[in-house]
Amino acid sequence: MTEIPADLKYTKTHEWARIQGDIATVGITDFAQKELSDIVYVEITALGKTVKQNEPLGFIEAVKATSDIYAPLSGEVIEANQQINKAEGEAPAMVNRDPYGQGWLCRIRLSNPAEISGLLDSSSYAELVKRSEHH
Amino acid sequence: MIKNTPFYSRHLAAGGKMVEFAGYNLPLQFHGIIPEHQRVRTTVGVFDVSHMGRIRISGSDALAFVNQMTTNDASTLAVNQAQYSVMCYPDGGIVDDLVVYRFEDHLLLVVNGANNEKDTNWLQEHLRGDVRLQNITETVAQLAVQGPKAEPCLKKICSIDLSPLGFYWAARAKVADVDCIISRTGYTGEDGFELYLPAEQALRVWDELMLAGKEFQIEPIGLGARDTLRLEMKYCLYGNDIDATINPLEAGLGFVVKFDKAGGFIGADVLRRIAEEKPKRRLVCLEMKDRSIPRPHQKVYADGVEVGTVTSGTMSPSLGKGIALAYVNRKYAATGTELEIEIRGNRAKALVVSPPFYKHGSRKK
Repeated sequence: MTEIPADLKYTKTHEWARIQGDIATVGITDFAQKELSDIVYVEITALGKTVKQNEPLGFIEAVKATSDIYAPLSGEVIEANQQINKAEGEAPAMVNRDPYGQGWLCRIRLSNPAEISGLLDSSSYAELVKRSEHH
Repeated sequence: MIKNTPFYSRHLAAGGKMVEFAGYNLPLQFHGIIPEHQRVRTTVGVFDVSHMGRIRISGSDALAFVNQMTTNDASTLAVNQAQYSVMCYPDGGIVDDLVVYRFEDHLLLVVNGANNEKDTNWLQEHLRGDVRLQNITETVAQLAVQGPKAEPCLKKICSIDLSPLGFYWAARAKVADVDCIISRTGYTGEDGFELYLPAEQALRVWDELMLAGKEFQIEPIGLGARDTLRLEMKYCLYGNDIDATINPLEAGLGFVVKFDKAGGFIGADVLRRIAEEKPKRRLVCLEMKDRSIPRPHQKVYADGVEVGTVTSGTMSPSLGKGIALAYVNRKYAATGTELEIEIRGNRAKALVVSPPFYKHGSRKK
């Protein structure tokens, strides 16, 4: 089964955000990691930069395809997961193994927290996944 | 309407992530492309290739007909022998690549699933003399058992001794007490076999095979690993690396184009001219020098000038780096040439290497 934690916010492009104060920790969902499979490289190209909501944060290389990661919320990308960002070897596969935990990707200092209310909650995201699975 | 192969229930039971491919529900992967890839390279894996088109050609003119339709020389085939071949249009473009089997009283053409209908129509339009064509795709199931342990695994449930069976030879045998045709063929670069069996008895063979292979950690393998395995060998994929706009000479398939065979073949005149003038572009193997992963449709550059296009690209699980097949201007096709591929706005360095990328396959020659 696809795991969708209740305490996170989600995007239609399958990122999640864990919001603590004005900081959002960002990753990709369990559904997204299963779709991509075999992740071999992650690069947060926006590290240190200011991004607008829905702009690319970086990209993920899986064996069969490359995908962009989009910012769920606007702000400054203040940190990337050092274990994973630009890492070679087995490390990027952590995104497959633990997408909501050790497989987090980056942190954003929010410039417009009002955007949070526009994100999907876990039940709306579960609906979206259900539709994607039965397309 | 998407069809299911006879093994559909087994794919679901094994946790296959199903996708539509060539009109069938097929497993993209089970537990990951990389581990499935390594399974085939190290022991043995099983591919459901029932989506491939199977076309039976019989009648007294069957051999002459097949020889006219394909570029390789089918007349050299002994009974129970097979060959890789290509069908071309009159302009030299590729209709499909295929395997041709010769049996006592008929030939069997095994074609790409996505081209089954197109190929059947193409063959039908050219029928002449005493030739009967029968598309037997639906009644025959097909499995590929591939890997260095394929023989010790199959041996346990096969009625004949497989060790004398040569590369691209076939035999009739009972596998799990089911009448099959078994050939030493495959598309992975490893030793291995393909089985052709009655669709209604397919599950019995699958189940017995899984039991027999248990000691070799046998697993079903999805389309994802099928693609990385073939790509490491520079085996062409129709729709990516070859199509109606590509001729077999530029694709590096000249070894199956036999200009001197009796009776000629469709496309021979144009291909002969291309052979004399030399193809303008060549399909080359590119190995990335950094960690980037090339993908189809990316542009290839030499000294800042565009000289070609990637047709297949992936992370090679065996080499641990990005690899690609690309058509490049002939001037830049020599092994050792340094090229660049535009990947996400960057020009990444790539080296033309000699095929195959993976040189340790257990495939018999």
